[in-house]
Amino acid sequence: MATVTLTIDNVKLEVEQGTSILDAAKQIGINIPTLCYMKEINAIGACRICVVEVQGARALQAACVTPVTEGMVVKTNSAAVRASRKMTLELIQSNHPQECNTCLRNNNCELQALSEAMRLTEIRFVRPAQSHSKDDIDNSSPSIVRDPRKCILCRRCVAVCEKVQGVKCISAVNRGFETIVAPPFDQGLNDVNCAMCGQCSLVCPTGAITEVDDTGKVWRALDDPSKHVLVQTAPAVRVAIAEEFGMEPGTVSTGKLVAALRRLGFDSVMDTDFTADLTIIEEGNEFIKRVTEGGVLPMITSCSPGWIKYIEMYYPDLLAHLSTCKSPQQMFGALAKTFYAEKKAIDPASIYSVSIMPCTAKKFEAQRDELTDSGYQDVDVVLTTRELARMLREIGIDWESLPDEDYDAPMGLSTGAAVIFGATGGVMEAAVRTVYEVITKEAMPDINLTPVRGMEGIKEATLKVGDLEVKVAVAHTLGNARKLLDKIRAGEADYHFIEIMCCPGGCIGGGGQPIPTNLDIRLKRIAGTYKADEDLPIRKSHENPAITAIYEEFLGQPLGEKSHKLLHTHYVPRGVYRKPEGLPDKVPSGDHH
Amino acid sequence: MGAECKCNCDQEKKLDALFAQYKGNSNGLIVVMAAIQEVHGYLPKDFLVKTAEELGVPLSDVYGVATFYAAFSLRPRGRHCVNLCLGTACYVKGAPDVQTILEQEMGIKAGNTTEDRRFSLDLVRCLGACGIAPVLTVNGEVYPRMTAEKVNEILAKYE
Ligand code: SF4
Ligand code: SF4
Ligand code: SF4
Ligand code: FES
Repeated sequence: MATVTLTIDNVKLEVEQGTSILDAAKQIGINIPTLCYMKEINAIGACRICVVEVQGARALQAACVTPVTEGMVVKTNSAAVRASRKMTLELIQSNHPQECNTCLRNNNCELQALSEAMRLTEIRFVRPAQSHSKDDIDNSSPSIVRDPRKCILCRRCVAVCEKVQGVKCISAVNRGFETIVAPPFDQGLNDVNCAMCGQCSLVCPTGAITEVDDTGKVWRALDDPSKHVLVQTAPAVRVAIAEEFGMEPGTVSTGKLVAALRRLGFDSVMDTDFTADLTIIEEGNEFIKRVTEGGVLPMITSCSPGWIKYIEMYYPDLLAHLSTCKSPQQMFGALAKTFYAEKKAIDPASIYSVSIMPCTAKKFEAQRDELTDSGYQDVDVVLTTRELARMLREIGIDWESLPDEDYDAPMGLSTGAAVIFGATGGVMEAAVRTVYEVITKEAMPDINLTPVRGMEGIKEATLKVGDLEVKVAVAHTLGNARKLLDKIRAGEADYHFIEIMCCPGGCIGGGGQPIPTNLDIRLKRIAGTYKADEDLPIRKSHENPAITAIYEEFLGQPLGEKSHKLLHTHYVPRGVYRKPEGLPDKVPSGDHH
Repeated sequence: MGAECKCNCDQEKKLDALFAQYKGNSNGLIVVMAAIQEVHGYLPKDFLVKTAEELGVPLSDVYGVATFYAAFSLRPRGRHCVNLCLGTACYVKGAPDVQTILEQEMGIKAGNTTEDRRFSLDLVRCLGACGIAPVLTVNGEVYPRMTAEKVNEILAKYE
């Protein structure tokens, strides 16, 4: 490995050739400030907050895009550097609404933090007419809000949308002060090919792209004595929410989460993990049926709503590959207003069904027309992990002193197989644990399916299940999903079963999770997820006694009539910019409602 | 879509050939867009969508390019191009008043085209005729020392 010797702030150091000044400085404990830079995703040298002085160079250099050279002498702290950074910041702030106190990103904003760190004490040239006004705020989407007034044009969102998700429904438009990062033709995000994944909201350094804040709706329901307000919590929330209260990423806090929701006043606190187990039973049986009866293969998982919207837009011809299973959130929603209402003798019309999700696309999913099989909108409102934390802060919850509490019956009991739904590969692993034992009627020798775990973009495994060689693949991010789908289109995919999650790392890296969410934090949340799995007494969905009970009491049998009505769904071919000709209105086109 | 266009059949064929030539090739973006601009006088939305689909370029990028280069226009041009100079001399000598009246009479904001496509109104930088400021041009014909009062009389000449 070739190395380069250079001097940074009078410290001599040797680094790998090709290293940027930014990374080299990090090695000696100097964090050069950045705004537009994102490791491996956005290195465009646009914001110029990271400038440093390089001896012999005429102008200050952007450290994020300047590679080190032999003998280079760098100053990261000279008067010229400090003045330039301050000026850059001041110019950004001059075209920025000074609204920190009412901004969703207050106290968690990179622009604010930098202004504080650099002791910006005045903004001398506030533009009398700012480039964008409140009228430019895009409220069209059920998932994401764009506020161009707060955009600093770093293009991190564009880079993530393009390079991670392969969508790029937003781009820099216009020139000069008029420049705006927006969907084409002045359309709202809801009107374009946005997957609603919220990855843009995770990487935006400011409050220019945020989740839609639905906390007001939930407060209103909680304050309404005529409503029975129940809540479900997704697998990935329990390994992330503690970060909002200063705890280490990956801390498993299931019991505290339940306690916190009771403090908020929910009438019943139950678990999406219960319906994750149910998903495995339904999807596992659907898979076995497709394999034995010659159904469409590979079968692809359907629990990630950003992924579902993506395939509906980009690969509408492949919709028959999707499992017809609803996502765990929507299975829960349909059962809450039928099974639960019946069992508790509550009028389903008075049930207000809330879910806590790591995901902005879940907000979109809950509003889909067809997800009303209970006779009502099955899930009334979705809060992201960030929104729940906001509510808890509002009532002064001291996270650390919360006790551990248990979920309520009858939809509160779950297994390790359900917890791992939160990590990429988890749904596949959970399904295999059940499919293996249903087919072979024997205990699986090792239920840890390690080849499908971890952050690699596409993972594959082949398993012997009885006489059957089952070939599976797992992809996370839409960019990786596209690679598998292209293979299917080309007839080159010999897999039986594919898991796809929209977000990097799976739901633990979802667009509604605490900010920051980066690779390091994702890995810690994944570790927390598998630890939670190992710590649970039951780790296979088909061994969950509450699942056995719901089939005996209510559903009948997997893929039975009631399941068909309440737990399965259809999909809508959409096309990217317009609906392609010759496709049906829904898939499957049969009697799936 | 445009393929069924009645008037410009040869031109349309040229566009179709370009779409075919650059299918799946994002390098053809500017060439294709320039051709659309030439054939139609602006970039109709349907054609930009088709460009995105055929070349495999995200529509947001196509639109970004369309709004970045001054040579591209997202609106149809009117039969008559009215340009008002807003250079310093013209500005000082009352061009803003002329603009107000022009916008009122046409019922549009500068930068747009009237519904009936009779006029496109644009504001331009100094035309180098400061001696006769404020300057208005219609289809290249120069009208010196413009005042708000003269606007109607001049517009009436163009049907
Ligand atoms: S984006 Fe940041 S700097 Fe701007 S108003 Fe919000 S908190 Fe303040
Ligand atoms: S939500 Fe996802 S698809 Fe939509 S703009 Fe953001 S990153 Fe792109
Ligand atoms: S919306 Fe946020 S991430 Fe996107 S360019 Fe603006 S500031 Fe950057
Ligand atoms: S962080 Fe280096 S130019 Fe923006």
